[in-house]
Amino acid sequence: MSEHELRTPVSLGTVSADDPRLQPAARRPELVEKVIAVTFLVGILLVAGFGACYWVNAAPWTLGATFGGGLTFLGVGLIAWGKYLMPRGPFVEERHVLANSTEERNAFAAAIVERGGGVIKRRKFLGGLLGAGMGIFGIVAAFPLVRSLGPLPKGTLFHTDWTKGTYLVDITGRRVHQDDLAIGSIVTVYPEGLENTDNGQAVDQTVLIRISNENFVTQKGRETWGPLGYLAYSKLCTHLGCPVGLYEQQLQLLVCPCHQSMFDVTNGCIPNFGPAPRPLPQLPLLIDAAGYLQSQSDFNQPVGPGFWERS
Amino acid sequence: MSQIVSTKRSQREASGPYGKIGHSLNELDDRLGLAKGGRTFMDKIFPDHWSFMLGEIALYSFVVLLATGVFLTLYYIPSQDLVTYTGSYLPLDGQRVTEAFASTVNLSFAVRAGLLMRQMHHWACDIFVGSIVLHMGRVFFTGAFRKPRELNWTIGTTLLILAIVNGFLGYSLPDDLVSGTGIRIAYSIILSIPLVGTYVAFFLFGGNFPGTDIIPRFFILHVLIIPLVILLLVGAHMGLLVRQKHTQFPGKGKTEHNVVGSPMFPVFMAKTTGFMFVVSGAIALLGAFAQINPIWQFGPYTASRISYAVQPDWYMGFLDGALRIFPAWSFHSFGYTIPLEVTIPAIIFPGILFNAVMAWPAIERHFTKDNEMHNLLDRPSNRPKRTAAGVSVAVLLSMLFIASSTDVIANFLHVSLNSVLWAMRILCVVTPFIAYPLTYKICREMQAFAGAGKRKTTNVVTRTPQGEYVATPAPVYVDDEHDELEAMPVPVFVHEPEPAAVDAGVRRVAR
Repeated sequence: MSEHELRTPVSLGTVSADDPRLQPAARRPELVEKVIAVTFLVGILLVAGFGACYWVNAAPWTLGATFGGGLTFLGVGLIAWGKYLMPRGPFVEERHVLANSTEERNAFAAAIVERGGGVIKRRKFLGGLLGAGMGIFGIVAAFPLVRSLGPLPKGTLFHTDWTKGTYLVDITGRRVHQDDLAIGSIVTVYPEGLENTDNGQAVDQTVLIRISNENFVTQKGRETWGPLGYLAYSKLCTHLGCPVGLYEQQLQLLVCPCHQSMFDVTNGCIPNFGPAPRPLPQLPLLIDAAGYLQSQSDFNQPVGPGFWERS
Repeated sequence: MSQIVSTKRSQREASGPYGKIGHSLNELDDRLGLAKGGRTFMDKIFPDHWSFMLGEIALYSFVVLLATGVFLTLYYIPSQDLVTYTGSYLPLDGQRVTEAFASTVNLSFAVRAGLLMRQMHHWACDIFVGSIVLHMGRVFFTGAFRKPRELNWTIGTTLLILAIVNGFLGYSLPDDLVSGTGIRIAYSIILSIPLVGTYVAFFLFGGNFPGTDIIPRFFILHVLIIPLVILLLVGAHMGLLVRQKHTQFPGKGKTEHNVVGSPMFPVFMAKTTGFMFVVSGAIALLGAFAQINPIWQFGPYTASRISYAVQPDWYMGFLDGALRIFPAWSFHSFGYTIPLEVTIPAIIFPGILFNAVMAWPAIERHFTKDNEMHNLLDRPSNRPKRTAAGVSVAVLLSMLFIASSTDVIANFLHVSLNSVLWAMRILCVVTPFIAYPLTYKICREMQAFAGAGKRKTTNVVTRTPQGEYVATPAPVYVDDEHDELEAMPVPVFVHEPEPAAVDAGVRRVAR
């Protein structure tokens, strides 16, 4: 048999037992067998080593090294066995045509159209009723999705827990005093009593920045909002709601670490870079007789990212 | 009448020529009738080509995911109840963390092989999605999705989407600072859906972000519902593969009507089982030596805390990049808001992308009017338009992926964030339009030089006694086998202008 014929694929059904294509591909099978045997032995040792490491609770990397190494050696040996020591082929298999004869297709279609369709056509009223039943069942089956999974949004997204006269506290619950912050300092504040609640953390979180010693006006109409240079902005980015956690003191910017929106602290936190579309809502502040910071009201805008009902 | 003597030999003969195994098989065949189908299955031919391995990597990394995932469920607690951490990792000692976070840290440090299993699980996920994408590229660029395999293409695309979704869900389960921020972003993306977004978000999360339901809900989706769907679809994917048989590259003895390669048993079975060990072994080695997602360094999720320069898992990168570079185009009208700066990059863009991928077989058929059965694969250069379209989309996605690291790039190159952002915006828009004609041109060039690199058969020129010269091809060398380099003829239904003559000035004489 010439080399050329040897490359011609043969069918497994017709191949004769002495066909060279059933012989291994390796030129020196004995040598390959020895190499594979060594590979398997190393694999076995490593897998056993994994057992030992696991038993004595050795360092995690030794577990992975022995386990992964063992599997890899066993796998490489097995692949080599298949590639070099098993029938070299090539073998060929005919594809059967997937499509059936026209008669069989027609018989199948007739079974559906004539037998099934005939039944339904003759009993249109029953079919309609069944359809209506299934339709109503489908609608009813969707009820739990809208009635049980969660509350209706209602006004939730429009309000925070800040109201008139809420004291600003830090994460430990301590009220913020007018002497607490040096100029250029920043602290995250919460409504008093809510500093450790989900809503306080996720919705009411506010950054308090002191940028001067004097009353600071960030925009027209906000004349009384920044007493003694204290400015409070919602910490929720108006892009996707990440906490706006980076304060660039030199440029007076608040930066969102998620998608790098930047907000101008001195100018009502209007965004001047990045994908955020709206300013961070500002919290109007006042200082009580004892010198503690309070909110005058809720934020001037709904906090956080945009949503449909937001005007 | 002869005496029946029960000897070992007589027993052996009574059970037929194949001994005990043959006897058992006969018993099985009596009851199940599987001899014929079993034989066909054993003889099933698998083509030998390295690119067919990519789908196997996906399959075996999924096996690793299932195995390591079961291990993890034994120790992970899907609860957002707060507990005080008192485990072996001292920097967290005494902190108030959720049970989900505490149990993840505990299973990493206090459970034998727990850290290894967790890291293997995470690596296997990254490799799972990656190998699906590469496998899909193979199927796309070689035209393996054409009739009769369109349905399997659709199933495969669905599997990719499910893999990405489940990857994100699993990534969220430890409830650490980084993944919690990811959930926050996902919530905001859902909020951005016009009309129903608020309701969908409230129903999915059980209220306003974060609530206390999301970790248990993600858990049941991640460990039961989505894996079950994936498992069923993987079964359907491979069932269709067996039914329709493999495609193959053109070459010696290979036609539209046969499959050439190695038989299922024992050759392919040995190779593929070995490969499963190698894939699992490689994942285990990664789990041992390449740290991934060290959540104890990030700390527990707190809604008002955030980390800097963090990227999501690689397969979410293109979405994050799109969100970063898209301009702040919020739309307000009639008292309603459509946050287009989120809706377009995070809802509409991936929606169009995945729908187009799903519909690609139909789209291509619309242009080629090709309704033939195809079992032989295309060389990508022979389908320049398809190849160019695929490369163009791949370039866009790669650019978006790079754009998900704008802050890191700016830090690394010491340039302003502003320049990096604008550079990425321009690159994302421009490069796909450069990639298309460039790829197209390269494909046409490759067609013009089809067979380049192939050893040509020499012609033997003989002179007859009458003085006539005759050229005949020389006999083939024994190992002169380069059929796999032979180009497929460009199918006739592709109406494209012929490339300009490459050998202008040479007069061809018909022999």
